[in-house]
Amino acid sequence: MFRYFLSRLTGAIPTLFIIVTATFFLMRAAPGGPFDQEQALPPEIMANLESAYGLDRPIWTQFGRYLGALAHGDFGPSFKYKDFTVTELIRQGFPVTLELGLIALSLALSIGIPAGIFAALHHNSAADYATMSLAVLGLAIPTFVVLPFLGLLFGIYLHWLPIAGWEPGSIRHLALPTVALALPPLAYIARLTRGSMLEVLRSEFIRTAFAKGLPLRTVILRHALRPALVPVASYLVPAVASIMTGSLVVESIAGLPGIGRYLVQGALNRDYTLVLGMVIIYSTLLIGMGLLVDLLYAWLDPRVRP
Amino acid sequence: MSGLNKAAARRLRSNPAAVFALYAMLALAALALLGPWLNPNSIEALDWLHVATRPGLQGAHWFGTDRLGRDLFMRTLAGARVSIGVGLVASVVSLVVGLSFGAIAGYRGGRIDHLMLRMIEILSGLPLIFFVIVLTVVFGRNEYLLFVSIGAVGWLTMARIVRGQTLSIRRREYIEAAVASGASASRIIVKHVIPNLIGPVIVYATLSVPQIILFESFLSFLGLGVQEPHASLGTLIAEGAGEMESAPWILLVPGGVLALLLLCLNLFGDGLRDALDVKES
Repeated sequence: MFRYFLSRLTGAIPTLFIIVTATFFLMRAAPGGPFDQEQALPPEIMANLESAYGLDRPIWTQFGRYLGALAHGDFGPSFKYKDFTVTELIRQGFPVTLELGLIALSLALSIGIPAGIFAALHHNSAADYATMSLAVLGLAIPTFVVLPFLGLLFGIYLHWLPIAGWEPGSIRHLALPTVALALPPLAYIARLTRGSMLEVLRSEFIRTAFAKGLPLRTVILRHALRPALVPVASYLVPAVASIMTGSLVVESIAGLPGIGRYLVQGALNRDYTLVLGMVIIYSTLLIGMGLLVDLLYAWLDPRVRP
Repeated sequence: MSGLNKAAARRLRSNPAAVFALYAMLALAALALLGPWLNPNSIEALDWLHVATRPGLQGAHWFGTDRLGRDLFMRTLAGARVSIGVGLVASVVSLVVGLSFGAIAGYRGGRIDHLMLRMIEILSGLPLIFFVIVLTVVFGRNEYLLFVSIGAVGWLTMARIVRGQTLSIRRREYIEAAVASGASASRIIVKHVIPNLIGPVIVYATLSVPQIILFESFLSFLGLGVQEPHASLGTLIAEGAGEMESAPWILLVPGGVLALLLLCLNLFGDGLRDALDVKES
């Protein structure tokens, strides 16, 4: 198992390298540069700026230098946020984004899985239909529609929660954004759990467990749940991707100081290093999640253990 | 085959949610197409006497107006037209690419299949959405690129589904018979393989339309998709979200239409999946 994990870990390095290379050259292929302004700078100043950031060198040298710095964990200076390095920007914003994402993910799992089990146990009843209709609703309506709607309802009409803004440690400010972010994966997890639970409940070992006279609770929690969670585990990577994408809009609607805004803003500003840093962070998170899912698989389903 | 289709159509008709969704979708599409003849307002005209007016059927502006006095009924319908158009075109793109890629991989098998599958795996491991964002920024915000990049993300799942189906179809007797009678590989794929995997393909293509619409409106919401003065549901929602304290209808009208459209597409796709008895992968 450990060797398998290690081989997957080393396999992630070429993937990351491809991502970094593709993003680096894509950004450079874009028309315009980081120092373009409404009023063009005098050529001397432009030349100075470019040489200060190493932009006057051949592109392969720049690429080599970037990789070299990256190997030391240095994302380089931001082109637009003049006094900041990309590492500093990410260090400031990432905890907010991470908190938002982790709460949303745990919300999705801790409500989605029980909802799916509940629907499966009441298969074809009104409760099942009601749960699954809610799930379709949650799946269909986009985050950037849900969040303003929630803000309108709970913020403007009911005055229960703030619609935007952020204070460190304030859960009230995170309530609406996390709920909006959690809804689509929550709905999907509920549907997945229901489907796989229905399948597991039909299998022989569950019939045996019931035949032994075990109570329903024990059968579900000790026997059925683990195999039923396999599809949910494989959905975790797309779920994290969905939460990341969602956080791009959620942070901008709710005015949260996370790193979500840096990707789009950075790309629009041709802030090469910032975009690269963001893409690396997101890719690493996704790849890391993939590795975690592999470990989870092995725990959930002994048959896949290599 | 036709007996199966009849049974599937009967199952679909007995699903009230899917039937409702189908009619609601058709009504919305008809409204989006016929809207310009129902209402004298134009999409871009500014009505300075009615800036940010509330919706009402008595006035000239049924769904109200935005901050610049533009008619929301017309703008929302224009946005719905863009969404439906993008959804259809991009899902056809991803259908064609995914179907041919998956069918070739599955039918050829062996080394080629292995290679093609690895390609799909690597591509689906990448954070493609971030690439699309970078791409749209890099190559200007052009609507054709939008179609292509959305289609480029969408075909992977389709290819995977088609490949799996083809692998099982390949071993059937009628394929063997076709090979024995000397049919070429391309003829077998087109004449025998593709017609027999059409069920899951239709279901997945239907379910991919709302995802594509969602993605387009997401990009437009971020300001990377359809540009002013053209309207897309995403840009309208972005505008409305900024005005929601003083003029909530600017948000509620396009948001409601997008939500309704996506909900109906999902309900219909689910109904189709149940009717054709396709398993969710």
